[in-house]
Amino acid sequence: MPLLKNNLLVSDTWITAEAEGELPNAGDVIVPFARLHTEWDALSARTGRLGVRFGNTDKPEALAGFLPRLSVIVLPFPAFNDGRAYSIARRLREMGYRGELRAIGNVLPDQLQFMLQVGFDAFEIGERFPLETWQKASRQMSLAYQRGLFRRGAEAEIWTERHTDAEPWLEQPHAG
Amino acid sequence: MYRYDEFDHQFVRDRTNQFRNQAERRLSGELTEEEFRPLRLMNGLYLQLHAYMLRVAIPYGTLSSRQMRQLALIAEKWDRGYGHFTTRQNIQYNWIKLEDTADILDALAEVEMHAIQTSGNCIRNVTTDHWAGAAADEIADPRPVGELLRQWSSLHPEFSYLPRKFKIAVTGAPNDRAAVKVHDIGLRLHKNGEGEIGWEVIVGGGLGRTPMVGVTVRDFLPQHELIGYLEAIMRVYNLYGRRDNKYKARIKILVHEIGAETFKAEVEAEYAKRPHPSTEVEERELKRIAAYFAAPPLEKLPRWSPSFEEAKLANPAFARWTKNNLGPHQADGYAIVNISLKPEGGIPGDATADQMRVMADLAERYSFDELRVSHAQNIVLPHVKKDDVFAVYQALEKVELAAANYGLAGDIIACPGLDYCALATARSIPIAQSISRKFADSKKQDEIGKLKINISGCINACGHHHVGHIGILGLDKKGEEFYQITLGGSSAESASIGTILGPGFAGHEVADAIETILDTYLKLRDPGEEFLATYRRLGAKPFKEALYATA
Repeated sequence: MPLLKNNLLVSDTWITAEAEGELPNAGDVIVPFARLHTEWDALSARTGRLGVRFGNTDKPEALAGFLPRLSVIVLPFPAFNDGRAYSIARRLREMGYRGELRAIGNVLPDQLQFMLQVGFDAFEIGERFPLETWQKASRQMSLAYQRGLFRRGAEAEIWTERHTDAEPWLEQPHAG
Repeated sequence: MYRYDEFDHQFVRDRTNQFRNQAERRLSGELTEEEFRPLRLMNGLYLQLHAYMLRVAIPYGTLSSRQMRQLALIAEKWDRGYGHFTTRQNIQYNWIKLEDTADILDALAEVEMHAIQTSGNCIRNVTTDHWAGAAADEIADPRPVGELLRQWSSLHPEFSYLPRKFKIAVTGAPNDRAAVKVHDIGLRLHKNGEGEIGWEVIVGGGLGRTPMVGVTVRDFLPQHELIGYLEAIMRVYNLYGRRDNKYKARIKILVHEIGAETFKAEVEAEYAKRPHPSTEVEERELKRIAAYFAAPPLEKLPRWSPSFEEAKLANPAFARWTKNNLGPHQADGYAIVNISLKPEGGIPGDATADQMRVMADLAERYSFDELRVSHAQNIVLPHVKKDDVFAVYQALEKVELAAANYGLAGDIIACPGLDYCALATARSIPIAQSISRKFADSKKQDEIGKLKINISGCINACGHHHVGHIGILGLDKKGEEFYQITLGGSSAESASIGTILGPGFAGHEVADAIETILDTYLKLRDPGEEFLATYRRLGAKPFKEALYATA
């Protein structure tokens, strides 16, 4: 399934491994979180890049030791109104994770900007809405009050803008 | 009063445009009703029994006369000429068309208002003491923090899809008029021995199906840590609050199930893990906001107003109204005027467009252009010279807004109930009307004294029946409405949840039952003792006996 990244459709070159079964010999692979623990040696020995499929009831802290080796973290939205992955994404960014954060499941244009703001940068979007709808959705709001958000859209932080000579809240750690 | 700057204006404009687009996509069928529902709810639009209902946010209950006039205009142009003030210090319009909604939001934006997050599983309109900035007992005006929280919670990307709705209340006075102990988060201001101020943070209070009084997780949080600490609470709730059952999804259930100590430890751990940036911007922002809430230019007046005293002597009805409807102001020579929206036999909280305009005019002329909405569904003119109170009263009398029952038996809180609401199991309004008529005799009301009667038309408790001194809950038993009575609730600083007295009553029996309870109280009270105090001293027994012995 193609991915939305930086407002464009790109093909997904990653191989998704199931809960059990052989790992492919080469290529970039996304494994379920459980396999990260049980097959760490085999996974470390591979040449391709590594990603993980995380649950929205898993504690982000459980990924702490793995973060430097991960290039993709996939977080699910089982329903568009199940908001747990927003907190997990933001926590992972606060922990210093700089790789791809991918939203899958019930991802809709009307939640896209919130997802961008908490640190997601890749989206499995299916074919229901045209690309143009997604592109528009990413810049619906030009401003946000909260500080420490990701600004991949055009939005400015109101409080920071009002007090421009003050210190920044945090460096934008990830350019997307 | 707070005024929007270019950023606030742009923010609300963007949001209205976004909603216009969403409503068009719904009308064209591109969005399903299921997908549109949370989007419209986060913009205050509900689908009720007969029509759409739009709930407009009145942040911390503060309005200018210009804003009140615009609310009147909306009532006339897009509704049926009236609006309903709610227990969240908001106003709702009950007869709205979906295709008009974006235009109404534009009309609100013109006067620096919106309907953002008046519904949905997000942080709702922050409420506060309706006497804020005027009350004699206040440590500091809580509204700057209210405005800071309004901005911080508006379209917060992390906390817009919470397990359930989330309500925050703030009080700056020791006498709690904002019900902070029965909110998801309640903030109460304290001053320590060194004269510094800090916030007591209370979490997990609430009404609904499982009423609970909140627990204190911090006694004295420094003001500059407020946003960071609230983010930690919200994150713990967002991650661990239950999502499997919407009746167990409020934060109070999480606090209850894992225990207050564990919950507190989770929040502290989360707070410690957060990146701790400088809070310089928040402090500067709070200072910027606070400047808008500077006290109005009050005159230096003597405490005693001869014209006010003379008017009372000459006009006993006015004297009675002043006794019940005025609150003590910080400044000598001024009073807080409480306008009761509870005329005898009326619908609690309703006001017509004409009444709104009269109140706006009075605010402009006599109260530094300010009005407040109270969570008890009344309107407040916060800064009126005692010399002017009689003129205000006369103007109110002409439009039937001079009910002298503020804080008495007739000042009933009621939800819209089955007359409007899709969730209700019974009607609330006719019950409020019948009780109001039963106690129409002003002497009797004065004799009974301070009393809070709260009525909800279903277990979701929008009428706050659990914290009424007398609470009434309307239920459905095999197609018949019946009403359960609770006694001993309170939302004040010594908050308590009321206890069910016994078997319920049919609608036509409720007012008589309330009368029996109050006659029992009058017989048993110590001199000067208020209803709640008598109940707390004697318990339910004498009331039960009186009510069910004759039945």
